[in-house]
Amino acid sequence: MKPTNTEDPEYFHKVVDCQFACPAHTPVPEYIRLIAQERYSDAYMINWESNVFPGVLGRTCDRPCEPACRRGRVEEEPVAICRLKRVAADFKDDVKHMMPKAGAPNGKKIALIGAGPASLTVARDLAPLGYELHLYDAQAKGGGFMRSEIPSFRLPEEVLDEEVGYVLDMGVHATFNTYIDSLQSILDKNYDAVFIGCGAPRGRDLPKLPGRKEADKNIHIGLDWLANVAFEHTKKIGTKVIVLGGGNTAMDCCRTSRRLGGEDVKVIVRSPFEDMKASPWEKEDAIHEGIPIIDNHVPKEFVVENGKLVGMTFEKVEAKYDADGKRSLVPTGEDPAFFECDDVLIAIGQENAFPWIEKSTGVRFTSWGTPIINDDETFQSTRKDVFFGGDAAFGPSNIITAVAHGHKAAVSIDLFCQGKNLEKRPAPTVSLKSQKMGIHEWSYDSVPVDDKREAVPLVDLKKALADRALEVELGFDAQTAFVQAERCLNCDVQTVFTTENCIECDACADICPTSCISFVENADEPELRARLLVPAENPEQDIFVSDDLKTGKVLVKDEDVCLHCGLCAERCPTAAWDMQRFLYSMTKAKPDMMEVQA
Amino acid sequence: MSYIKPKFRHPKLPTNALGYTVADYDGAISTLCAGCGHDSISAAIRNACFKSSLPPHRIAKVSGIGCSSKMPTYFLSRSHGFNSVHGRMPSVATGASLANRDLTYIGVSGDGDTASIGMGQFVHLIRRNVNMTYIVANNGCYGLTKGQDSATADRGSVAKGGAVNPFDGIDLASLAILEGASFVARSFSGDKEQLEPLIRAAMAHNGFAFIDVVSPCVTFNNHAGSTKSYAATRDHLDAMPVDFVPMRDEIRTQYAEGTTKDVTLHDGSVIHLHKASADYDANDRRGALNAVQEAEEQGRILTGLLFLDPNTQNLAVNLNLASRPLNELGKDELCPGSKVLKSINEGLR
Ligand SMILES: Cc1cc2nc3c(=O)[nH]c(=O)nc-3n(C[C@H](O)[C@H](O)[C@H](O)COP(=O)(O)OP(=O)(O)OC[C@H]3O[C@@H](n4cnc5c(N)ncnc54)[C@H](O)[C@@H]3O)c2cc1C
Ligand SMILES: Cc1ncc(C[n+]2csc(CCOP(=O)(O)OP(=O)(O)O)c2C)c(N)n1
Ligand code: SF4
Ligand code: SF4
Ligand code: SF4
Ligand SMILES: [Mg+2]
Repeated sequence: MKPTNTEDPEYFHKVVDCQFACPAHTPVPEYIRLIAQERYSDAYMINWESNVFPGVLGRTCDRPCEPACRRGRVEEEPVAICRLKRVAADFKDDVKHMMPKAGAPNGKKIALIGAGPASLTVARDLAPLGYELHLYDAQAKGGGFMRSEIPSFRLPEEVLDEEVGYVLDMGVHATFNTYIDSLQSILDKNYDAVFIGCGAPRGRDLPKLPGRKEADKNIHIGLDWLANVAFEHTKKIGTKVIVLGGGNTAMDCCRTSRRLGGEDVKVIVRSPFEDMKASPWEKEDAIHEGIPIIDNHVPKEFVVENGKLVGMTFEKVEAKYDADGKRSLVPTGEDPAFFECDDVLIAIGQENAFPWIEKSTGVRFTSWGTPIINDDETFQSTRKDVFFGGDAAFGPSNIITAVAHGHKAAVSIDLFCQGKNLEKRPAPTVSLKSQKMGIHEWSYDSVPVDDKREAVPLVDLKKALADRALEVELGFDAQTAFVQAERCLNCDVQTVFTTENCIECDACADICPTSCISFVENADEPELRARLLVPAENPEQDIFVSDDLKTGKVLVKDEDVCLHCGLCAERCPTAAWDMQRFLYSMTKAKPDMMEVQA
Repeated sequence: MSYIKPKFRHPKLPTNALGYTVADYDGAISTLCAGCGHDSISAAIRNACFKSSLPPHRIAKVSGIGCSSKMPTYFLSRSHGFNSVHGRMPSVATGASLANRDLTYIGVSGDGDTASIGMGQFVHLIRRNVNMTYIVANNGCYGLTKGQDSATADRGSVAKGGAVNPFDGIDLASLAILEGASFVARSFSGDKEQLEPLIRAAMAHNGFAFIDVVSPCVTFNNHAGSTKSYAATRDHLDAMPVDFVPMRDEIRTQYAEGTTKDVTLHDGSVIHLHKASADYDANDRRGALNAVQEAEEQGRILTGLLFLDPNTQNLAVNLNLASRPLNELGKDELCPGSKVLKSINEGLR
């Protein structure tokens, strides 16, 4: 194999598993260290720069970082990355003064359609550059689905108001309660660019299922129903409720039902429990609230008696997987199952809908109904001054993805407004700094602790079910947060190797607790991976290969389970290893938005 | 600040025949200087015991005084150990092996501990053929007392302070061959590929097995002018590669005809001598002495298996000791009664 080029920032970036997995590339270990130092405001600002909604995300993020977290590869559970983010938000001081202000006007005007996380991110990134930002939303307040769909018991309104407020306060001209029914009408206002972040607002229905029309009064589309609850148009539901679907919307529907009078609430889903789309923790939370999840049941009929919905019948199925792992649900042949109910909530998916975008605008769509977009870097549509992002771009996803889209779209809009090439994107900002303070001393807590992950404490169940707005999770206290923060392995503190210094004493290979380092004859990658002390079998993790050493061998380090403990560097007599903190900041329209001293 | 080895290990560490991973053979974290050759030998011993599937609790580590003699703390924390006084490890090893012949004894010493203060004990250990592995971590100096020349320092080698050594060094491997040791090898701490199989073979050998390991002292004897630095050792190394195949494993590796020579140990395990060493006759005591001498004259450091007599009779056999260790013998066996005493007395009349 060729020697690894660590000059390429992507190499070390990939080593920081959590940050790499985060769509917005939040520097996770950086903020976790700040939490351990009780520097909550700084930890918050590191987050805010990357993900704009730390308080919201610290409660609701889909957290792709956690399954990626290295800690989960050396013990059972990853670091509680998401809930530590909430700690930063909960314990911070006033941070307003640390935020950038709107820049001096640059003469350019941008329209943003929809006030969800995608548009708000574009606004946050462009405001300091002096853009005049016009934000339109059909709802009465900003936040998009974060406000209308995510229930208050998971995300208190104050938290959302605060973080939406930080963005709107940067001089954004917001027009609420205004549904845009024509893109042309916006284009006619001669904006320099238009960003469309209108989400994927249409909930799927079961229009052909027998009884659907007759029982309409007691059948609700989950998405619409949750919004009606959020805006207090709906305050009650029947005692017996069936929720159809297995995603996170279904989980929010059933838990909300429990708070609006539903006593016998069930989730009934077609697929096996394990295949459900909902995150494992969402399922746990629902079960904890006394909601059974009945899997392998396909809806057959809404049963109506005397003009009123009395229940539903289901066909029992079994999941069969073919050689390629493709699943089919095969009827078991048993009698259909009947479940009584007063109301049904349909939460079986959502899709994009752009009835307000005229063909004549030149914005074209794929056969799945999503806009045709140049690529997933530029977010430019088939009409050059119109950009998409968030759920509107590629279909339903999550908040952090919408934020990441927002950052990229903001870069594109900024380049576009300057008449520059959108493909020539500025590089991410990176830095690499030695952490050495003495022979056995580093400026980070290098020794991995053995503490286990702890769950966030919950409010009393009875109280929770009595109040729709009462937040269920209490958050970590400062002491627990410290212990949980210390579980982080500091994957951003990189092992940096200098071939010329190495005398091949083997000390690093001998000490490494997780046997990451081997001195071997070079070979092509598969062979080299097999030759290591412990073969490097995780193809998703790179191996580092040094230049040729004096004996003709190479040093190979498998990044997979490196603990970043620094022992290799401590035991190296010649400082051929050094532990250096790598800070990576994804490309943003305004890169030097703020600086937190580490 | 560490001095703490994290508990986490690679989740896919291979296991040996006993179901242990190499981590089960770990010791405490080393307090020797970073990069010390001794640490590499500790790791080689750990790896060798793991690979040979020795139960850690059936191993006893013995040592004297010196950085090298501290090594047993840094491997096999689940084994027995005795850190004796300077140069006196041979007495402790002899006594222990007489009391319990069932344990695997690993002695770790230094060039000072063996070639200076412990020289008298060392030669008697060889002469008695105590069943043990005796490793000298040879750095040509007294590391622990700040790097004075030791008795193995080569003539002309320059000490860190600039003094040139006016004396010939004692070659412990030649001495061991001359004194009749049944297994003599030399190796280099920076060559685990050779050192590990040698340690495994030494432990499988049924008699006194001696390994002289050049082990650079990074702090006091790794400068230009030293003959035992990493660089000087690598430059002059003449390594005869070996493999070790324990009896339990079928011999799977295929070697091209004429490229290896096998030496079979008493327990059926096999040492493969590779091409470079295939012409070398490890069964010839006089030839071995010559080869070592010749290499030295040419400025080469000859490493590998230098001499082996697989059919040697160790101390316990020579003394006709009970086949079971002392601590397993009961009262009846130790005091067989007046009838037996009488018959012994009769025999002496
Ligand atoms: C029930 C439910 C729970 C969820 N829970 C989570 C969660 O816990 N964590 C998570 O990360 N994600 C969650 N999501 C997904 C997440 O809410 C979305 O992925 C995210 O909000 C998408 O952001 P966006 O900026 O693309 O648009 P949205 O947040 O969808 O915002 C779009 C906004 O545009 C407005 N709009 C649309 N069309 C027009 C128009 N023509 N004129 C004016 N305004 C318009 C809408 O009123 C809306 O306010 C959940 C989704 C649902 C349905
Ligand atoms: C009876 C006695 N005399 C002298 C000493 C001082 N002393 C301690 S270690 C040592 C030399 C050790 O040299 P070596 O065996 O080569 O070990 P190294 O530290 O080089 O590995 C000496 C002379 C001692 N501890 N005890
Ligand atoms: S251990 Fe810390 S730095 Fe490493 S992946 Fe997990 S959270 Fe990120
Ligand atoms: S930091 Fe060095 S010693 Fe620690 S696990 Fe990583 S490679 Fe091994
Ligand atoms: S500890 Fe340092 S000098 Fe020794 S082998 Fe490792 S990198 Fe090379
Ligand atoms: Mg010494």
